[in-house]
Amino acid sequence: MQSSENKLPSLWQTLFGHPVSAFGTVSLLLLIALAIAPAKNHFSEWRHYQKQYLALIRGRGEAVTLQRHFHDGIQQIWLPQLGVVDRCTTCHVGLKEASLADVSTQPFREHPVIPHTLDQFGCVMCHRGQGPATTVEEAHRSTLAWEQPILPAKYVQSSCGQCHRAPLTGTPQLNLGRTLLTRYGCVHCHTIKLPDGSAIQPTDDPPSLEHIADKTTREWIYAWLKDPQAYAVTATMPNFKLSDPDARDISAFLTADSTPLAGDTEPAPKNEKAPDPTAGASLYGESFCASCHAVQNAAGNVVGGDIGPELTRVGTKAKPEWLRAWLRNPRVYDSGTAMPHYRFTDPQLSLLTSFLGNKTDSDFLANVHLDAATPEQIAHGKLLVTEYGCASCHEINGIKKPDNFAPELTRIGSKPLTQIIFLPGMTHALPDYIAAKIRQPRSFGAALKMPQFSLAPAQVDALTTTLLALTDRAHYLPTALTVPAQPPSNYQPAGKAGKLMNDMACFTCHAINGRGGDLAPDLTWEGSSVQRQWLLAFLKNPGTLRPALIRRMPRFNISDDDAKELTDYIMTVYQTPAFDRDSMPDGGYPPAQVEQGRQLFYSKYACQSCHIVDTKADKGYIGPTLTQVGSRLTAPWIYHWLKDPQATRPGAIEPNRNMSDEDARALTAFLMNQKGSSKQGAKK
Amino acid sequence: MSNHRGTLFLAVLVLVSTGCTRKTVTAAPQPTAFGSALVESSGGKQMGATGTVLAQPLVVQVNDDQGNAVTGALVEFSGPEGVSFDPPGGLTDSSGQLSTNVALGSMAGRYQLSAHTSTKAQKSVELKIEEIALGYQQQLGFQLDNKYCARCHDPESTPERVSNYDNLAVKPHPFTEGDTLNKMSDADLTAIIGHGGPALNKSALMPPYLYTLSKTQIEALIAYIRLISDPPYHASGTVYAQK
Repeated sequence: MQSSENKLPSLWQTLFGHPVSAFGTVSLLLLIALAIAPAKNHFSEWRHYQKQYLALIRGRGEAVTLQRHFHDGIQQIWLPQLGVVDRCTTCHVGLKEASLADVSTQPFREHPVIPHTLDQFGCVMCHRGQGPATTVEEAHRSTLAWEQPILPAKYVQSSCGQCHRAPLTGTPQLNLGRTLLTRYGCVHCHTIKLPDGSAIQPTDDPPSLEHIADKTTREWIYAWLKDPQAYAVTATMPNFKLSDPDARDISAFLTADSTPLAGDTEPAPKNEKAPDPTAGASLYGESFCASCHAVQNAAGNVVGGDIGPELTRVGTKAKPEWLRAWLRNPRVYDSGTAMPHYRFTDPQLSLLTSFLGNKTDSDFLANVHLDAATPEQIAHGKLLVTEYGCASCHEINGIKKPDNFAPELTRIGSKPLTQIIFLPGMTHALPDYIAAKIRQPRSFGAALKMPQFSLAPAQVDALTTTLLALTDRAHYLPTALTVPAQPPSNYQPAGKAGKLMNDMACFTCHAINGRGGDLAPDLTWEGSSVQRQWLLAFLKNPGTLRPALIRRMPRFNISDDDAKELTDYIMTVYQTPAFDRDSMPDGGYPPAQVEQGRQLFYSKYACQSCHIVDTKADKGYIGPTLTQVGSRLTAPWIYHWLKDPQATRPGAIEPNRNMSDEDARALTAFLMNQKGSSKQGAKK
Repeated sequence: MSNHRGTLFLAVLVLVSTGCTRKTVTAAPQPTAFGSALVESSGGKQMGATGTVLAQPLVVQVNDDQGNAVTGALVEFSGPEGVSFDPPGGLTDSSGQLSTNVALGSMAGRYQLSAHTSTKAQKSVELKIEEIALGYQQQLGFQLDNKYCARCHDPESTPERVSNYDNLAVKPHPFTEGDTLNKMSDADLTAIIGHGGPALNKSALMPPYLYTLSKTQIEALIAYIRLISDPPYHASGTVYAQK
């Protein structure tokens, strides 16, 4: 202690005792202090990377060009409108250098091709991270006060979704996630408001449970509640992990709560002979039930469409008398169903009812034994139904649809990490939290109500991507910079024909004026496209235009009057403003022009690679068969189609051949001459 | 006093640092059996978007000398930077198989993955698997191929789509046919897509797409064709393999 006390004054004496040495010391200290900033700058991380980059390009053939593109010092992209201040290009120097394609070390890789440029959008718009930071740690990871780590590559499409509200061809994952969000019913419970103020609407149609006892048994409800996927692997209903008594009480309540509905059951006629099962199978095939409904085959593969429910075990679920009434007219039980009214005859109803009724699985209900329900059980069931929010999705007698049953997710993509309780061992990042919540909601607490969904890993990632797109930025971006989605169309055809079209559920497969499915052709301009006689005959007995297609329009057994009503409506209303249907004749073209068209068809344009005109010689079957096209389509439609297929029907795959008017006219003449088998002889 | 404070500070520091760096350590499972061969059951040669989980899991099987499946053998997966496996390894099930979900890295290209198991004599057995990651451009090309090209250029029919390959007098080249397509320059491919077969004295059954597809779309299509070609195209197709 003593010696150090002596040393300090002596040190002081040496440094500052004499005015000259004091001056020298102060100068030295000042010099050192002044050197700190330049030294920090000199040894900074980004300078190190810039030096590395210069060393990398020195040996390359295009070194001079690369050298010219290189700018020393901190680089910054500043986009005030987007709130972007990005210094990433300080270290990521080669992002725009196409000649660095072979360089695989970061941060010098070339940026892969994307539809936007760096100067337009910067980096953090898509990748997140801290734009203004100049060290690796601060720019990429969540450290200190920074909240925003780099977004893992697998979720990068979420960034597109901040501005693009409509589906994009380049973002299949985001599109899938958006579909799942509405199809799996997430938005029944979670409100998600879009920046324009509208809320995302569900696209699934969970069945009403008001008359459930007419449709199925209490035992089936019990087994279904316990494990929906055990009944149908494709079921979208999640598993609520109910205990046996809870499932018993809910099934008791739903059965007791159900009211009978006139006409939704129909006993089989007496003295009915057992219908032929093979005839039932062929009627199922002819009616193209598989276009919408799937069945799991012996190999475990689910084959068929996903518009309607899977029918693998439908006989275990549906009561035969309900099934028969449903097949007769599904609109009695569910007025808004996507299922068409097929107008089956009585023998057909018996065939189908027995065919579907035989699709049973004795194992499914083997261990379900329920005693008669007590009033306490029913009351407890009602309590559970309210607690689990069943009425968010299903209509249930006496229970109101709850509002905001689950947390709102409008800005989930910017949820602050401080508001999140992570599980032990979990990465503290928002994407991991969201993905874990979707994958296993109850892992965050056994008492949580959110049920367990059966989603594949890719589906979980897609949903996470979609939710990450719901950021603060998406809300404060100027409207001029966003690409809005098409507003949903609520187009409704009018009058008697409109009623018929709803009855036959045309919109399940066809789209008109922006409303409807994409399983079958868009009919918005159908009246300009086809000839009246053909349409009338097609509605009565739909044939196939494309032999290679498996899905086809089913036969709805409609009456002559109804077919005429529909034809008149389509011919009058669904007309394109682009041309006049009667501007070119349906026939009577000069033989020389027809012959010229034939030569163009087979040589210059080689249409036979995709179409068939002569069934003996031509083989192409990508496009529709054209043997009868002169009796089916109108001449102006063919002409305009040939001139520009994509303008005539958006999304057409036939390439635009940039045809001259003369060629298009000759080809139209040739095609209009193809009147079909009845007139084939006359032509020759 | 100051000494005391120093110790206290040190103790706090140690506590904080251990609290921050604590990681859950999962012990590798111990193999209960050993095989001598590793074969791929399914999940190889898949295509997926960069960074995303491949549609089908990768399934490998461990066999013994007689070719019988071995249950309880330890298999570990590895791949280049950015590739993740869920699970990264484990013991084979009752049919001798282990299934893992693969997520590819963030750059487009071919990824060489490998699976390892060891024999009773601690000799390592390796199985190489290749997967393809599509970037934005290649993915766009893949979609265009699906819409416009595959009906003729892909000889395989699917339940949704019957191939037109057999109906054509002059057979188109499947896009994986590297022996032919790798010899064609990007300019040649652009010409044949844009102006049709006759542009390069080839079949007139190939129509021109210049008025249907944009320049960007044709570039995307070529990027896709280059990536999936077999044998691989070398001018630009980067291979990400372990160092």
